[in-house]
Amino acid sequence: MTARALEFVRDLLTGRRGCGCDTCPVASPLRPRKLLLFGSPNVGKSVVFNQLTGSYAVVSNYPGTTVEVARGRARLGDLWLEVVDSPGAYSLAPLSEDEQVAQRLLLEEPLDLVLHVVDAKHLARMLPLTLQLLEARLPLALDVNIIDEAERAGLRVDSQALSRSLGVPVVATAAARGVGLERLRAVVSEPAPAMSTFTVEYPPPIESAIGQIAKLLSGDYRNSPRALALLLLQRDHGARARLLRTQPEVAAEVDRIVAAAESEYAQPLAFPIALSRQQAADRIARRALEQAGPPARATLAEVLGRLSIHPVAGIAMLPAVLLLIYLVVGRLGAGVMVDYLDKGLFGRHLNPALTGFVSQLLPWPTWAALFVGEYGLLTLGLRYALAIILPLVAAFFLTFAVLEDSGYLPRLALLADRLFKRIGLSGRAIIPMVLGLGCDTMATVVTRVLGSRRERLIATFLLALAIPCSAQLGVILGLLSGHPLGLIIWAGVVLSVLLTSGFLAARLLPGERPRFYLEVPPLRLPSPRNVLLKTYSRLKWYAAEVIPLFLLASVLIWVGEVTRLFPLLVAALRPLVGAIGLPAQAADAFLFGFLRRDYGAARIFDISSGGGLSGPALLVAMVTITLFIPCLAQFLVMQKERGLRAALAVGAIILPLAFGVGFALNLLLVGLRVQI
Amino acid sequence: MPEPGLSEAAEELLAGLWLARENGPEPPCPVDEASRPAAVRELVEAGLVEEREGLPSLTPAGEAEASAVVRRERLAERLLADVLALGDQLASEAACRFEHLLRRGIDDRICTLLGHPRVCPHGSPIPPGACCQVGAEEAGKVVSSLADLTPGQRGVIAYVHSRRREMLHRLLAMGALPGAPVLLRQRFPSYVFDLGQGQIAVDQETARDIYVRLSDERASTRPRRAWFAPRLRRRRGRG
Repeated sequence: MTARALEFVRDLLTGRRGCGCDTCPVASPLRPRKLLLFGSPNVGKSVVFNQLTGSYAVVSNYPGTTVEVARGRARLGDLWLEVVDSPGAYSLAPLSEDEQVAQRLLLEEPLDLVLHVVDAKHLARMLPLTLQLLEARLPLALDVNIIDEAERAGLRVDSQALSRSLGVPVVATAAARGVGLERLRAVVSEPAPAMSTFTVEYPPPIESAIGQIAKLLSGDYRNSPRALALLLLQRDHGARARLLRTQPEVAAEVDRIVAAAESEYAQPLAFPIALSRQQAADRIARRALEQAGPPARATLAEVLGRLSIHPVAGIAMLPAVLLLIYLVVGRLGAGVMVDYLDKGLFGRHLNPALTGFVSQLLPWPTWAALFVGEYGLLTLGLRYALAIILPLVAAFFLTFAVLEDSGYLPRLALLADRLFKRIGLSGRAIIPMVLGLGCDTMATVVTRVLGSRRERLIATFLLALAIPCSAQLGVILGLLSGHPLGLIIWAGVVLSVLLTSGFLAARLLPGERPRFYLEVPPLRLPSPRNVLLKTYSRLKWYAAEVIPLFLLASVLIWVGEVTRLFPLLVAALRPLVGAIGLPAQAADAFLFGFLRRDYGAARIFDISSGGGLSGPALLVAMVTITLFIPCLAQFLVMQKERGLRAALAVGAIILPLAFGVGFALNLLLVGLRVQI
Repeated sequence: MPEPGLSEAAEELLAGLWLARENGPEPPCPVDEASRPAAVRELVEAGLVEEREGLPSLTPAGEAEASAVVRRERLAERLLADVLALGDQLASEAACRFEHLLRRGIDDRICTLLGHPRVCPHGSPIPPGACCQVGAEEAGKVVSSLADLTPGQRGVIAYVHSRRREMLHRLLAMGALPGAPVLLRQRFPSYVFDLGQGQIAVDQETARDIYVRLSDERASTRPRRAWFAPRLRRRRGRG
């Protein structure tokens, strides 16, 4: 106990540990210096973060995927630095959930330094955000990142000129290549720089309004009066809420000043404000950027990047990408890895050994069945989790991380937008939809990146209905790979259900059509380290989420068996399963499916391997399982993200729909005497 | 329908009735007090205005004519602001006179030239004309919505207009500001355009919200005044 206390005190004194008090005004030995990385999406913030901390954060090319805030520690000499990676933000007036988080990180926590990371190529477009940070009177340094790409475009950045113009330290880096990191570390470990005196000058009506509002502001806003006045002039909800909390008595007067300023302009004040900032940014960028030479010849990545969004070539490239997913997930994951782990490791070695061991330890068959029986915790729960599902999901997450980090996903989004509009989604929804092919539960969480409640609801519904997760996909591809016709029918039916339901949902749900806008990042070669780290962190999330549920499912099934409830439920399901032409054993696969969607697929896999399913029945089972009610984990997440009513409604639609489609397909296959 | 050939004062009164009902931010063009009674008589005789419950009110024919007058006035404002870069009082006053020259047919040509704008510089809707429905490719445009450019065409963003305020803020934040150079790369399956060194993809609806002044060799070298420069009150005296 004493030793731990001593260690705690030592950590406090050496700055390894904060005192937990977030209101410490300055960094002291008790509170390590805190550095916030700030910037728009796709500027390599997360790469800078990784380079500084050596630890992991989700790196992404897609605006919105860094919703979670990554925190880490950097050791620079004998100084410990707490580094926070904020979600991508385009402006200090937040529009998205990400930007709200970013703004809160900026204004609500004490910071010793804000490092604004920008893409050197887009300096002029990104400087307005630097100017906003300066207006907020935050201790600032600028990291002009990805200079290698700018140099390829023939641009040279004069960081000294930039530093003189802005009055803050500026460092040029190519973080992914390790260029400029020495200087970056030096800048972030120096004591906070003197406050810059740079100000953007706005047109007279706005300047006068800023002056009037700033005079009224006297509370502690952790933001300069000028910056807050500018936010109020743009009718930023967050700023107004802060005003009402701190100084409700001046709110009416502020509103009057804002309205008076607005009457001077035909458009919202955000326009002239943005334009003044942009003009100032252009002036600064002109002095700091030099067209040193002609752009280098297009690289392979640039040519591919252009081709990948080309209306013909881009769509032609799609099958190649799908094939890649298939090869990695279907062949490597479902084929090689599952075979080795399931049949080899568990089937031949672990299961017999465990069964023998537990049977000796627990001579009561009922109790032994909990661990090693047909549905045992170890022989079934753990085996499914570790030997069948985990390798599939790992293979998928690996592929997804490569697609994400290469910048291909936004391209896929812009290719898909037109089609997706038909089913009530924007192209942006391609991210959760493709991720759903890995794990629908995780994808349901990721629907947060979508713009409206309506779009999130439609995406949640379609994920639950018609997007098979990698576990199902692996099993389905494995079982149907020998039957090309079966595979085509399966894909055709699931796709038609997806499109038809989406089409109907888009018609029936009230609300505006989603809008689509997206920055297209350059196609980049992903860094293997980031890809592996990202796959690892997703797998960790998955394992924490899934393995307990697998084990829980095993326990539930055992309880069901012991109490005779399970056979009763299976018996109740049997007529339903029989109606769609499946053998009676398949009934428990559907019950398993309730507990875990992929569990159901794995069960079908078992039945089929035993020769219990073949031909049309197998196909019907695959289609119904794909459409069938989401797994327990997904249901819980749906409920958490969309509310209980929405989750129940989705369930109530899917259950009859899945069996209805299975029933119709069976009739059709039998009627047409289709041989598979 | 025959050309009504209304006097300028009568047209302004018609537009005034329309504007009063629209209740937008825009004040009507001034009407000379002396010519007012004659103008009212003219409108009543033409069957465009009638008295209802003691107040002048538009007849169905008057409705159509007033809409045409307002359309001409707002197109004139757009033309003066976007192409001639007039600002302030000058543009507003000029528009009040200029509109009377845009007789039937000419207004459609101006509308086409400006890429069928949907709102005037004050943000009020421009009643659409027959030309706006045709939607055919026309030559000789100066301003065009991004959605009507052909791939490879360049220009400078003239203005951005969206019904959705949030969309506007988003586009501004991404750097789609007046004065920013753009180059349309492709229209299908999504609109992709270069904005500075970067690339942005949008759907058709959003592309329609971005108006571009097309680059050509006649382009003035003088930097253009912002289209949303402060609007000085152009008002006729109260009463």
